[in-house]
Amino acid sequence: MVEEESVRVVRCGGSELNFRRAVFSADSKYIFCVSGDFVKVHSTATEECVHILQGHRNLVTGIQLNPNNHLQLYSCSFDGTVKLWDYVDGILIKTFVVGLKLHALFTLPSAEDSVFVIINKEKPDVFQLVSVKLPKSSSQEIEAKELSFVLDYINQSPKCIAFGNEGEYVAAVRDFYLSVYFFKKKTTSRFTLSSSRNKKHAKNNFTCVACHPKEDCIATGHKDGKIRLWRNFDDDKKYTYTCLHWHHDMVMDLAFSVTGTSLLSGGRESVLVEWRDATEKNKEFLPRLGATIEHISVSPAGDLFCTSHSDNKIIVIHRNLEASAVIQGLVKDSNIFTGLMVDPRTKALVLNGKPGHLQFYSLQHDKQLYNLDIIQQEYINDYGLIQIELTKAAFGCYGNWLATVEQRQEKETELELQMKLWMYNKKTQGFVLNTKVNMPHEDHITALCFCNAEKFENPTLVTSSKDGHFKVWILTDDSDIYKKAVGWTCDFVGSYHKYQATNCCFSEDGSLLAVSFEEIVTIWDSETWELKCTFCQRAGKIRHLCFGRLTCSKYLLGATENGILCCWNLLSCALEWSAKLNVRVMEPDPNSENIAAISRSSVGSDCKYTPYFDNTSKSLTKIFFLTSLI
Amino acid sequence: MAGYKPVAIQTYPVLGEKITQDTLYWNNYKTPVQIKEFGAVSKVDFSPQPPYNYAVTASSRIHIYGRYSQEPIKTFSRFKDTAYCATFRQDGRLLVAGSEDGGVQLFDITGRAPLRHFEGHTKAVHTVDFTADKYHVVSGADDYTVKLWDIPNSKEILTFKEHSDYVRCGCASKLNPDLFVTGSYDHTLKMFDARTNKSVISVEHGQPVESVLLFPSGGLLVSAGGRYVKIWDVLKGGQLLVSLKNHHKTVTCLYLSSSGQRLLSGSLDRKVKIYSTTSYKVVHSFDYAASILSLALAHEDETIVVGMTNGILSVKHRKSEAKKDSLPRRRRPAYRTFIKGKNYMRQRDDILINRPSKKHLELYDRDLKNFRVSKALDRVLEPSCTIKTPEITVSIIKELNRRGVLANALAGRDEKEISRVLNFLIRNLSQPRFAPVLINAAEIIIDIYLPVIGQSPVVDKKFLLLQGLVEKEIDYQRELLETLGMMDMLFATMTRKESTSVWQHASDGFLENKKVES
Repeated sequence: MVEEESVRVVRCGGSELNFRRAVFSADSKYIFCVSGDFVKVHSTATEECVHILQGHRNLVTGIQLNPNNHLQLYSCSFDGTVKLWDYVDGILIKTFVVGLKLHALFTLPSAEDSVFVIINKEKPDVFQLVSVKLPKSSSQEIEAKELSFVLDYINQSPKCIAFGNEGEYVAAVRDFYLSVYFFKKKTTSRFTLSSSRNKKHAKNNFTCVACHPKEDCIATGHKDGKIRLWRNFDDDKKYTYTCLHWHHDMVMDLAFSVTGTSLLSGGRESVLVEWRDATEKNKEFLPRLGATIEHISVSPAGDLFCTSHSDNKIIVIHRNLEASAVIQGLVKDSNIFTGLMVDPRTKALVLNGKPGHLQFYSLQHDKQLYNLDIIQQEYINDYGLIQIELTKAAFGCYGNWLATVEQRQEKETELELQMKLWMYNKKTQGFVLNTKVNMPHEDHITALCFCNAEKFENPTLVTSSKDGHFKVWILTDDSDIYKKAVGWTCDFVGSYHKYQATNCCFSEDGSLLAVSFEEIVTIWDSETWELKCTFCQRAGKIRHLCFGRLTCSKYLLGATENGILCCWNLLSCALEWSAKLNVRVMEPDPNSENIAAISRSSVGSDCKYTPYFDNTSKSLTKIFFLTSLI
Repeated sequence: MAGYKPVAIQTYPVLGEKITQDTLYWNNYKTPVQIKEFGAVSKVDFSPQPPYNYAVTASSRIHIYGRYSQEPIKTFSRFKDTAYCATFRQDGRLLVAGSEDGGVQLFDITGRAPLRHFEGHTKAVHTVDFTADKYHVVSGADDYTVKLWDIPNSKEILTFKEHSDYVRCGCASKLNPDLFVTGSYDHTLKMFDARTNKSVISVEHGQPVESVLLFPSGGLLVSAGGRYVKIWDVLKGGQLLVSLKNHHKTVTCLYLSSSGQRLLSGSLDRKVKIYSTTSYKVVHSFDYAASILSLALAHEDETIVVGMTNGILSVKHRKSEAKKDSLPRRRRPAYRTFIKGKNYMRQRDDILINRPSKKHLELYDRDLKNFRVSKALDRVLEPSCTIKTPEITVSIIKELNRRGVLANALAGRDEKEISRVLNFLIRNLSQPRFAPVLINAAEIIIDIYLPVIGQSPVVDKKFLLLQGLVEKEIDYQRELLETLGMMDMLFATMTRKESTSVWQHASDGFLENKKVES
């Protein structure tokens, strides 16, 4: 029986690294990035994570170096605190409790005892920039309630705020406005683009802002891809701006180099553009960075840049535009078609990564081990393009084989399917493409599974498809006197009354294969590929199939779309029990008899997933053990 | 920061014989020259010394042919009856032959009359050979004896009477002057040592032995008899290493290729099979018009000579290496250009920076990399590409479609360019492997050029051709469906053994899809 307290959730990692701009230490040896509730300190030379600064109770939203002490770091979080860290030893020095949700953090060398934060007080969409006075005290936790208001109605993103010319003014952009607040004069000037007012679909919204470190010059990025450089903005009438245009899509971030001689910009094109001397002609490129550039930051020493990308990666770039290090987090694609898998060899989590890739992510070390390029085609980043999707993947034979399925469907009738089988090469420690099968089925492949039983020397793979067939693929010897080679061929094609095959599953010892055809489960002998028996409960299409393990290996579990979980006895060929449970995911524990069934609870409207652990031998009494995870 | 990934070109398995190094090597011969002899050609032997003439034994004559001559350059015809087994000495200056009347004759290549005449055998001598020291001759005869002769004083040295049937084949060791092997119709192979007066190894082949062969190292012995070719390990005392049964009639002759890597066997079933001597698998085979009796390869496998029962001698010469075209070659940069800076010795404080190696990209890939889509399409529509490698053209069209720029690439073409595209479509549209991609392209073309139809008679004609092709294809598909329907009806009338609907497809259909990346 599974005890309730035996399930414990441990947060392992996999958080966003690209949520905010990364920050360099003063000597450029370390780079800091926010990662969920933590701040991570990475070495710029080795890419390794040196420290994890833990202490915040909610998402960390901003980090800045302490301008008075370069070995200290400020961080702010949604939990309403600003914390001061010693990053060399990785310890918390002080906590300042503000008590409001903090959205971003800024520091200024001129304002020694205060920091600037973005808060929102009233409406959910209206944000203010306020300065917080940090009281001096020896205690660990200090209340900091002394707020002074600076700017109202600003964007919540820290990219839309910039402090310029050693803190003389602060520039903020929102929609079609650029507001500049001068600290000395205590006045705000507001500029708009003339063309933007009348046109309905004007695309020159401001997206980001950066200020020249030495001169009175503000650079703003726009949605239409233009960069505008504003000068003489202390005068409401005589202000001028010039335009730089290379990006064809939104400018995602801007940054001036430390000396201000060059301006860096990036966007969806995944190209870092360096504009020298703020002229259109003089520009340098670093192309093929892999994904949309979200943030750009510059080290205080001026020798390194870094870009954060939408695929959760930070690239450290040398001054001469050469990438020197990559810090890669867990890539979160919008669709995880492959589901979650564990590589039996490295015990890494495997799922869809970058487009067309499988990522191998180590849960122990919270870092990506490697990316396996499955589709091996140039990725074109464009709206409305139908991409090749990596839809299915499965490991077999203790991680020696990997099967992947990719598909692209342009129209209803034009389906491109490809199945690839990869063999693990011990020498190169990676997967090597072995067999490519074009159109393995006529229609979408719904499931694929390897036979992982020990007694099967010959690797066997089963694919089931909507075209009503399931196919058995076996590894055959393809060698001749010139070379040794193995390849996969189709060994058997099975079907059942032209129903769509929806699931397939091998029993633990590999002697039986269960294939579900819509509402019907068929059991096949894996030696002769003979149909042994069928189960039909008429309780909706089968969504998941799973054999029991160890002492429960005589049971077969099936979950249907109508929210029925059925358990069949394979010895008596009869239904053992059934229960009403809307199972979303069902997965057997490889080390025990338990099967985890995760269902969406029907109570309430919020999506609450509750896992049921059901031990098939005990479940004759129809008892489920519920542990709430979330 | 991955580099540009080249377009994946879909490859299709080539049907028919698999192309291997061996098929390429053994097919690289000119069409055979046929020479008519007076009777069945029982033996062909190449002189081991240049100019590599060869002696052909047929009927009562021995002809010596030059490498490229079709007429004999010399003939020995002083035989009363059938001659057998004309064999050159290692230096190519002497020739020995047996004959039906039991005599063994030794000839000088330059002379006409025999130098020596060894009398002693009472029946036909089918096999003779020189020993490794060049001064002795081994002969085996139908009187069941094997004799060793001394050349200088033309005396018989030894006689072995161990065989119990005709001795029809033999072979002397190339290394040891005292060792030689004979095979007999009593199904045995015997290795004799002239120092011991008796056989040292005797192995049972199982069939009358027709041919024996010793490997140059002397470690392996090959025998042919019946349908079998057997390999024996001499160093293990005559243990059977492998038994090959690849012919369906008696194997009559054996030969080793010049490299020693391939073994050739000729048989009465009119085939020559080539085996690898490491795996003993057949790597290639030749067909001939008649049953093969003898076989020989020239130095460096330059020539294959096969003698047949109908008296035809088939001579195949290796194709000469394709000569470099004699066009005046463009002057290449001098040698020092290439080694410029390469011979610089690294000093202690120097940091070596290597220029990143450039990846070679095809021209169409270079265009695609720079988003010149029309140019890329133009490149693969060149006649040289569309005819030789239509799969590249189709792959590029598919890639353009994937990038969503196929319509852009196809638009804005003049009469000549569009007819080039249409020509390609007309040629390949009906091929099942290209059809899904090309039908899509054809639809786009029709959409784009519909407004300007009727302006150019050339293009109009092509469109009509395309229309005809599509109609023909539809008719064809309909016929196929009709046939399928008829077949279904036939199957339905047959009673099925099993109640469940299980069937096993022949896996051949899926093999076509398979492509193994080596």
